[in-house]
Formats: sequence, structure tokens, C-alpha cells
Amino acid sequence: MTASRPTPTPPEHLPARTARGGIDSRRSLLLHLALILGSAAMLLPFAWMLSTSLKLPKEIFAYPPTWIPDPVVWQNYADTWRAIPFGRFYLNSLFVAVSVTVIQIVTASLGAFAFARLRFWGREPLFLAYLVTLMIPFQVTMIPNFIIVRYLGWYDTFLALILPTAFSAFAVFLLRQYFLGLPMDLDEAARMDGAGSFRIWWQIIMPLSGPVLAALTIFVFLGSWNDFLWPLVITASTEMRTIPVGLAAFQGQFKTDWNLLMAGSVIALLPVLLVYVLAQKRFVEGITLSGMGGR
Amino acid sequence: MTTTAPPSQTPWWQRYRPDQQWEAYLFLLPSFAGFLVFVAIPVGAALLLSFYDWNLLSPPEFVGLKNYTQLLAGDQVFRKVMGNTLYFTALIVPLQLAFGLLLALALNQPIRGVEFYRLIYFMPVVTTIVAAALVFQWFFNRDFGILSAWIWELGTLTGLPIQPPDWLNDSAWAKPAVVILTLWKNTGFTMVIYLAGLQNIPRELYDAAEVDGANRWQRFRYVTFPMVSPTTFFLLVIQMIGAFQLFSEAFVMTRGGPAQATLTIVYYIYQVAFDFSSRMGKASAIAWVLFVFIFLFTFIQTRLQRRWVHYEAGGE
Repeated sequence: MTASRPTPTPPEHLPARTARGGIDSRRSLLLHLALILGSAAMLLPFAWMLSTSLKLPKEIFAYPPTWIPDPVVWQNYADTWRAIPFGRFYLNSLFVAVSVTVIQIVTASLGAFAFARLRFWGREPLFLAYLVTLMIPFQVTMIPNFIIVRYLGWYDTFLALILPTAFSAFAVFLLRQYFLGLPMDLDEAARMDGAGSFRIWWQIIMPLSGPVLAALTIFVFLGSWNDFLWPLVITASTEMRTIPVGLAAFQGQFKTDWNLLMAGSVIALLPVLLVYVLAQKRFVEGITLSGMGGR
Repeated sequence: MTTTAPPSQTPWWQRYRPDQQWEAYLFLLPSFAGFLVFVAIPVGAALLLSFYDWNLLSPPEFVGLKNYTQLLAGDQVFRKVMGNTLYFTALIVPLQLAFGLLLALALNQPIRGVEFYRLIYFMPVVTTIVAAALVFQWFFNRDFGILSAWIWELGTLTGLPIQPPDWLNDSAWAKPAVVILTLWKNTGFTMVIYLAGLQNIPRELYDAAEVDGANRWQRFRYVTFPMVSPTTFFLLVIQMIGAFQLFSEAFVMTRGGPAQATLTIVYYIYQVAFDFSSRMGKASAIAWVLFVFIFLFTFIQTRLQRRWVHYEAGGE
């Protein structure tokens, strides 16, 4: 992404010359102005959410709307936390997302290893079968999966939340492409030294695939954490709800208690946003690299 | 494998073949088992199911193509849902690409604070859509939302008879509201992908263009635009597929309403299968129609790309 960028930014005292090299200060000011305006638009919903979450009901419905709550009602958060079992939702979401990520990374990397580094009968047609399903939207498999899960007696359980979303042809595809780029000599040398395929996978290929594995981890984890449709369909009891589904159910319950709804939204968003701000680069890389898998 | 003989002239795959055959299947087994049970078989099952009428209680009844013919011929809701989805796709995809490219062009300039801006613009991408949709629902509230308040303010300031629309209860305004939410949520994604594309354009091209006397617009039109066209194509396909699958935004913010103005294909699948009824066959038929649409549109895009997508430089 940044490999081929030999242009150093010129010192600022030099006058503007080219499209990308230099930039005069008036233009840069205008750019900043536009970018700040855009940033404000991006942050506005967050600010409005935070502001509302700290208001008294009567201030919510005051006109004109205020930005700074008076008084600041932290009690809303306590009330929200008591009204809905967010602790449980967090744990559910965490457990599901971690499980899905681990299962997907392990199974996909094993499969990708076979496709990229081993020779076997049926390799090409099998890989083609994986590729073909890449284009099929989740909604097509959702209904049969729902029926399978019910038939197995998994409805409203962790198994139903985890397993049907833990296998992705996309992860196999992505890892295979990466593994193919690693020099084949590595395997050969290791085999000369008596290493088996499993050791090559674990001690050579996996350690060399750090960046792609990190990207895939973030992508899968975030996708699972934010997933809405499948958990909505497959859970029924409050104890099994993940954060998005729990929050949506809360909406029906507290229709116009906007301060509580916004407090709930803040609670739901805070952990992801915190991790994002701390590890921005990794997040962006992860989603950019794996972005082709959907949203 | 444990042989200590000097390397022979046979290529490596032939040497190790006997071992690798079974090993390979072992490596594939976990992935393939899951793939088979939760992806491959369900795809086939969905197709099969779409020829049946089944409410999960009574035994499934074979109805042939009835689910499809009803959808395409008589189902008013389906027609509406298709129209809505196409409307969303036609609006969201170009806007998202345009905004993403504009932002990426701005951030590709040598200015300070690029990291900071990227942090902000990308923030909505990582947020849970349910929370985001809740906030926007409140944001668009006609009586107490901040947006309406500003529009009232504008009206009093200018003395013009401007009134805020009742965004979420007015079928003419609910769709734009969903579009705005989607743009807010996803523009950061297109921006980041475009930024990566822009940074791969060799600087010499701009220098050459400048020597030839190209102005700013011409440099964009004849250097930047063709050079990022593979990125544009990629985003076009991805965002189109995403827009076709719009669901959560409408589910949380508008409940598909008012008067089904924001009901999408996926929302309709959800209603038919899990909400209003349990018509698994019909829902599967809709899902397959969705798939065929996605496939067709992707196919058309791939065909059209030859006319405008540039693949040469960069060695990518």
C-alpha cells in the first residue's frame, strides 16, 4: 500500500509546484476547512448520541435542542445497565466473536495450506467449489441453515450462533492467495530436515503470514461482533442475545426514552470504538485487506 | 519423507505425492466439513426449497415454479421491494464512490493531520449498525431531532417558509434518510480503498502530464481517473452487492416503513420467513432471485469494465 511512494514531502517553505508534490498555504487551508467540516458531519451523530444519553427526559423534548445537558445525568447509564443485561450481551458477543474467529482462522488456514502447498487429487475442482460459493449472498443459505439448526436442536444456543458463521470460503481463498506467495523452497527445505506437513503449517507458514492473519482476525471478529441478521433470526431468549440484537430489542421496549436508548447505544459502541482508536492502523488494514468479503 | 538420499531430479510434488494425498485431505477436512454443512448443502437446499410450500409445521408440499411465478407476476409487495432496493442501489453506490474518491483525493495531498482525519472518517465503519441506526432515528426525529431544529432555525433566519420534513414518517423522505445513514456509515470504507489506489499511482505520470501542460482537471481526468479505475470497478461491484443486501438500516430505523417505502429484498425475506409467516419456500425463492440479481449485475459490470477500466501500470 505504501511500498511504491518515493516522493518525499517537500519542505514547507518551498512554493507549490506540482499536483502532489507541494501545496500552497491557501489551498491547504481550504482543504483543511473542507475536511474539518466533513469530520464534524461524521462526529455529529456520536456527539448527539452522547449528549442525549446524559439528559433528563424533559430536556430531551425541549425546544430548541441543547447540546450540553443541564444537569448531566449519569444516572441514565446506571438505569440502562439495570434495565437491560448488557453484561450478559457483552459476554455473549465476546464469546461468539472469539469462537467464530478462532474456528475460522484455524480451519481456513489448514484448508488454505492444503490448497496452496500440497498436491492431491481433486484439488482444482474442490477449490473451484469454494470459489463458486463466494458470490452467493448469506441470505440464500440463511433459511436452510435455520432449518438445519432447528432440526439439530440448536435453536437459541451458542452452537447456532457460532457454527453456521464460522466457515467461510472467503477466508480460505484469501489465505490461499497469501500462502501461494511464500517461497516453495521453505517447505522443501523443511521436509529435507524431516518436518511433516503439520509442522510446516504451524512453524513456517503461519508465522510468516502474520499480517494477513492479523487482518483476517480483525475482519472476522468485527464482522461477527456487529452481525445482526443471523443472531436476530436464531435467538429467542434474552440470555442468548448479542449486543446488536439486544439493543434492537431494547428499542421496542423503550420507544421514546431516547436518553436511555442513547445510553444503551453508547454502551454498545464504546468497547469497539476504544479498541479502534487505540489500534486504528490495524483496523483499517484489516478491513481494507479483507474488505472484499462483504460488510 | 524421511529419505536421506540426495535430492533426485524428479519434481518435489512427485516425490512427496504418496504422503501428501491423505495428509491434504486431513488438512482440508475441518474446513470442508463446515463448508459442506453450512454453505454448500444449504445453497442447494435453498434452491430445492424454493419449489416447495413449507411452513415448518405441516409436511412440505411440492409446488413447482409457483413461488417464482407468483413473485414475478402477482406479488405487489415484491415489486415494491425490488423497486426500493434498486432505488437504494442507484443512489447509494455512486454517491458512496464519489464521496470516497473526493475524500481520498483530499487526504492524498501533503497536508498535516491525515492520520487524524482518517481516524474520524473511518470511525463509522467499525460501529455497530444497530446503534448507528438508533442514533439516526433520533437525529431525524421531526419534533425533537437536531436536524429538524436546524431546518426550523434556517427558516426563521431567512424568513423563507422552510419546514423540516417528517423524515421517517413520510414515504418521500424515509428513503433519503436511509441513504444518508448508509453514506455516513460506509464512506470511510470507500475512502480508505481509494486512498490505497491513489498512492499506487506513479508520480512520473503527473510530472509528464504537467510537462504537457495539463491543468488540474485534466490531470485528474486523464491520469488519476484511469489509474484508479480498477479500484473504482472493485468498489462498484462490492458496494452494489452490499446495497442489494440492505437490511439492518431499514429494520432498526424505519421498520421498512412508512407504507413499505424502505422495505428491501432482504427485509422481505426476513418478513416472509421469520416475521409475518414461516413460508420457507417462498423466502428461499426470494433469496434465489436476489442471488440471480447480484450475479447478473456483477456479470454486466465485469463485461462493461473492458470499456473503462485500465489495467496496465503498477504490475498489480
